Amino acid sequence: MSDPALRLEALEVRHGAVHALRGLSLEVDRGEIVGLIGPNGAGKSSTLHAVMGLMRPSAGDVRLGGESIVGRDPEAIARRGIALVPEGRRIFAELSVEENLRLGLAGRRGRGDHDADLQRVFALFPIVEEFRKRPAGSLSGGQQQQLAIGRALVAAPDVLLLDEPSLGLAPRVVDLVFSALQEISAAGIAVLLVEQRAQRTVALASRTYVLSNGSLRLTLGPEAAGDTEKLVAAYFA
Amino acid sequence: MSSTLVATVLGADWQTLADAMGQGGLYALMAVGIGLVFGVLRLVNFAYGQLIMAGAYALAVASERGWPVWEGILLCFGVVLVLTLAMDRVVFRPLRAHSPAVMLVATFAVAFLLQSIALLWFGSLGKIAASLATLNQPVTISGVDIRKISIVTTAVAIGCLLVLVAVLGRTSVGLHMRAAALDFRTARLLGVRANRVIGAAVLISGLLAATVAVMMTVETPLVTPDFALRDTILVLAGVVLGGMNRLVPATLGGFAIGFASGFLGGALPTDKSQYLPSFLFAAVILVLLIRPGGLFTRAGGQAVERL
Repeated sequence: MSDPALRLEALEVRHGAVHALRGLSLEVDRGEIVGLIGPNGAGKSSTLHAVMGLMRPSAGDVRLGGESIVGRDPEAIARRGIALVPEGRRIFAELSVEENLRLGLAGRRGRGDHDADLQRVFALFPIVEEFRKRPAGSLSGGQQQQLAIGRALVAAPDVLLLDEPSLGLAPRVVDLVFSALQEISAAGIAVLLVEQRAQRTVALASRTYVLSNGSLRLTLGPEAAGDTEKLVAAYFA
Repeated sequence: MSSTLVATVLGADWQTLADAMGQGGLYALMAVGIGLVFGVLRLVNFAYGQLIMAGAYALAVASERGWPVWEGILLCFGVVLVLTLAMDRVVFRPLRAHSPAVMLVATFAVAFLLQSIALLWFGSLGKIAASLATLNQPVTISGVDIRKISIVTTAVAIGCLLVLVAVLGRTSVGLHMRAAALDFRTARLLGVRANRVIGAAVLISGLLAATVAVMMTVETPLVTPDFALRDTILVLAGVVLGGMNRLVPATLGGFAIGFASGFLGGALPTDKSQYLPSFLFAAVILVLLIRPGGLFTRAGGQAVERL
């Protein structure tokens, strides 16, 4: 059996006195969407930060395609094939849409055909192509989110991490983003989706981990999406 | 007093204007050198003037030994680049994660260290860098005498700034530098290599320091351990005046203070020009009280998060 695209093994992360992650283990395979939900402070963002090398785990391992990436710099991790769509989008408002996309190319391994990847992004998010000459700061929140995802995709990653991409977006735009995630995973990319919208995430993902107090409480399948009681119980467990 | 000031300003000749342009250009280059490093490191390199001083000593040594001009310039660039890269490796990189105060104090230490070394090696009397002295002779342009160095300095400054605009605007390392100056953490998350971006910024700032050293020794051939120190302080004031967080406003600030200082220095009679620095700094304080973000920034701009 081959290694999963991304595997976290008994990961421990501390911020000073706070124990942000307590022995978290999870995995994401190529071509699947895995959800990560839980109340505020459960450790969702810490998980993504630990994967990206922004926080150093005190124990445990993060493996990308079987290879440990713990202790590497964020840029080295990005260049090994993990792309993050950060919370709050973090696009460069003063740069043009096109320049934001070109920054995404910094994470590519090797040269490859980046034009083809760019075209795929434009097909997925036509608005990004239409506004490519504009300053990114002039885009609406939903357009900026599409740009942020597009910027991550031009790096041709194996693993895509998203930190609350639906935050502050209109329902119609959330639909667009979620259906884009389906297309992205169908292209063979492993997607780890951190979200607050529990029901929609559970419905979209092939499985969703419920995180609480830094450790895994529960794993839900898509069939649990209709079961509101179970979702509420999972949050307050 | 104010009427004599106006009179001298109005009566200023072309040479004074050309000098002011040249000095504005030089200070603009220094402002870029300081601003580029500040952009990626959030570090005010107080030792920038000592890099220029080292380059000037290199030119003086070459001139004393009678080396050809181009060899002196080559030595100047070599010395400044080696010092710049050493500063980056030994001081900037190890201290990058520390607070801005720690880095600022470290650059103060480097500045005084380099100055003391210059004092020990070359003494306090100074050395003469005379190889390019011929540039002080005037040329006549439609009946007006202007010193060659004023024209050369202005042209070199414009040329350097154009090259820089092209590098920042059209190359990928330039794009990475701009992104890093805006939000270093996000840039790194996208795969922008921190060390490469910082190395590029430091290297360009070193090249600019060497260029400034060559121009400045024509104007001030006597090289002493405090060479370019006063200029650096003025440029730092100009950079803060223009707006530290952005390269274009910082450069404009450098140019403005260079131009003002060159113009007033030339236009005012000697007994009044001794008040020039205090006047300039009072003006800087006044401007900052009114526009703390800088003279050339848009309102509402916010401070950038450090790495």
